[in-house]
Amino acid sequence: MMEELERYLRVDRFPLMWCSGCGNGIVLSCMLRAIKKLDLDQDRTVLVGGIGCSSRAVGYLDFNTLHTTHGRALAFATGIKLARPELNVIVVSGDGDSMAIGGNHLIHAARRNIDLTLVIFNNSIYGMTGGQYSPLTPVGKNATTAPYGNIEPEFDVAELARAAGATFVGRSTTYHTGLLTRLIIEGIQNKGFSLIESIAACPTAFGRQNKMKSGTEMLLAQKESAVHINRAVKMSPEELEGKVVIGKLHRREAPEYTELYDRLILDVRQGIKRRFD
Amino acid sequence: MSRVIELAQLMQGNEAAAEGALAAGVRFFAGYPITPSTEVAEIMAERLPRLGGKFIQMEDEIASMAAIIGASLVGVKSITATSGPGFSLMQENIGFAAMAEVPCVIVNVQRSGPSTGMPTAPAQGDIMQARWGTHGDYPIIALCPSSVREAYDLALRAVNLAEKYRVPVVLLMDEVVGHLRERVVLPPLDELEIVNRREPIETPANYKAYRADETGVPPMANFGIGYRYHVTGLAHDEKGAPTNDPATAEGLLLRLHDKLQRNLDDIIIENSRSLDDAEVVVLAYGATARSARHAVKKARQENIKAGLYQPLSLWPFPAASVDRLAEQAHTIVVPEMNLGQYRIEVERTVRGRAEVVGVNRANGELLSPDEIMQAILEVVNK
Repeated sequence: MMEELERYLRVDRFPLMWCSGCGNGIVLSCMLRAIKKLDLDQDRTVLVGGIGCSSRAVGYLDFNTLHTTHGRALAFATGIKLARPELNVIVVSGDGDSMAIGGNHLIHAARRNIDLTLVIFNNSIYGMTGGQYSPLTPVGKNATTAPYGNIEPEFDVAELARAAGATFVGRSTTYHTGLLTRLIIEGIQNKGFSLIESIAACPTAFGRQNKMKSGTEMLLAQKESAVHINRAVKMSPEELEGKVVIGKLHRREAPEYTELYDRLILDVRQGIKRRFD
Repeated sequence: MSRVIELAQLMQGNEAAAEGALAAGVRFFAGYPITPSTEVAEIMAERLPRLGGKFIQMEDEIASMAAIIGASLVGVKSITATSGPGFSLMQENIGFAAMAEVPCVIVNVQRSGPSTGMPTAPAQGDIMQARWGTHGDYPIIALCPSSVREAYDLALRAVNLAEKYRVPVVLLMDEVVGHLRERVVLPPLDELEIVNRREPIETPANYKAYRADETGVPPMANFGIGYRYHVTGLAHDEKGAPTNDPATAEGLLLRLHDKLQRNLDDIIIENSRSLDDAEVVVLAYGATARSARHAVKKARQENIKAGLYQPLSLWPFPAASVDRLAEQAHTIVVPEMNLGQYRIEVERTVRGRAEVVGVNRANGELLSPDEIMQAILEVVNK
């Protein structure tokens, strides 16, 4: 499989900067499998990252790649997609990048339903800066900035994206690679804003502070806590306590932003009065 | 009726800035409403779709700046417009554009600050922020119009310079010029000089995105046309790959600096009036230059050898011109709607060879010709 994906990699940039046991490489390989399955043209595909460990992924990939400022990947991507709607635009972001500093851009990209696919690498922590709590750090977990345990409740990314207007939302873990790949494929295929949250292990910055020693141990914990949506719908809230619901969580039809804009241009240029019924 | 009369029109400064940018080929605008720049966005929202371009109102100024960089990377000339608070929010991404060498233009219609200040009152308080607003040493160009026609010309020039040198360019207006309505005669579109970014001639396999030739400016391949490369705000090598190597990082920084420094003759633009024999020079820019022009005219009527020097490009600083003024004049009067931001730069270049006198106002009111005349009189009667 590695050989098949090698054409998408800038192998001259190896070794990767990620620690051993890090889940980012698993998410990345699922992304590349999805890109391969869809046979996306590398010349016509733009990968945009924010700031953080996961966002560095784009630098290792042989596409048009843009490593932006902290939290702003979606805003850069919005400019790219609106200016050239024919390009495939995939955005890579971490939990701190997308949900804290970039939270505003996330809800507005979802609201516009602009055709971007956002893959969130959720490792529950700020890894690159050494383990501070993020908006996705579970309550009670330790972080260097929550030495007595985190007291802030976490976002439910999927619910947030759905409420904001995203037309495709999925969640997987790095244990469930088949599902993760399928979700990314479907997210890219969706003509509109798609969000795929991928739960990934960070043994170095999260595990070490929370009595999980290795990436393997954390992967197994992902397996234990995950419940597929098809099973979750039959479970009570009590049974779902502490569980992570994975699968395709939301899908709806809505007009896509850049298509609406192109239609607006046509109408305006032809002098057609626009009506919104 | 003469042809000139037929082509004359009443136009607002903000409108002229928008039209100048469109004439330069801008087809993408991302912005956020803010007084006193909002007209630029409104005009773009109306005009761009008709030209096949795109307008988007982003969720804030940070996103606006990000979106125009994204659009520029795929080859569409892009611009945003804002005022003080929004300009502050844009700074981080302006630094990104400088570091990653993405052409873009930021119109900043200055209003009274600091903070929310007086949103509808003019100021020239962002002179230093335009130069040093984002972190690190970086290259930037700032142009400053004093009339509606200049707003048009300099907006066009801003886009051209951004494309030519791959830098962010700030069109530093002020509320007076932004909301001023004047009769203007615009040049015919087919007579305008339009500059487009230089594209690579080598094949994608041989392309190194940040390898510059003797111009100091690397040819730019737009995203999506077959040249796959990496763009980052991190220090990077010629291929765009992140680096922590001190020599590579230093080489990049010096090249970014040099690409403007070695082209100052092409970038710097200035106006003057009655300067040849002037012993008292008024150095003024933006709306203040209008008052200064009147003051100089009045002084000449009273047989005072006064002249006006008006930098139309504030950054890079026109050190060679100010150097000549320091040799020629005994006094340089610098009126500004701030507490002396540009005067500091003038003093740094003059180094005591002439007296430098500030006329300053930061209360939201335009400096009047009389105030500047008063300063001239005080100088000659001393």
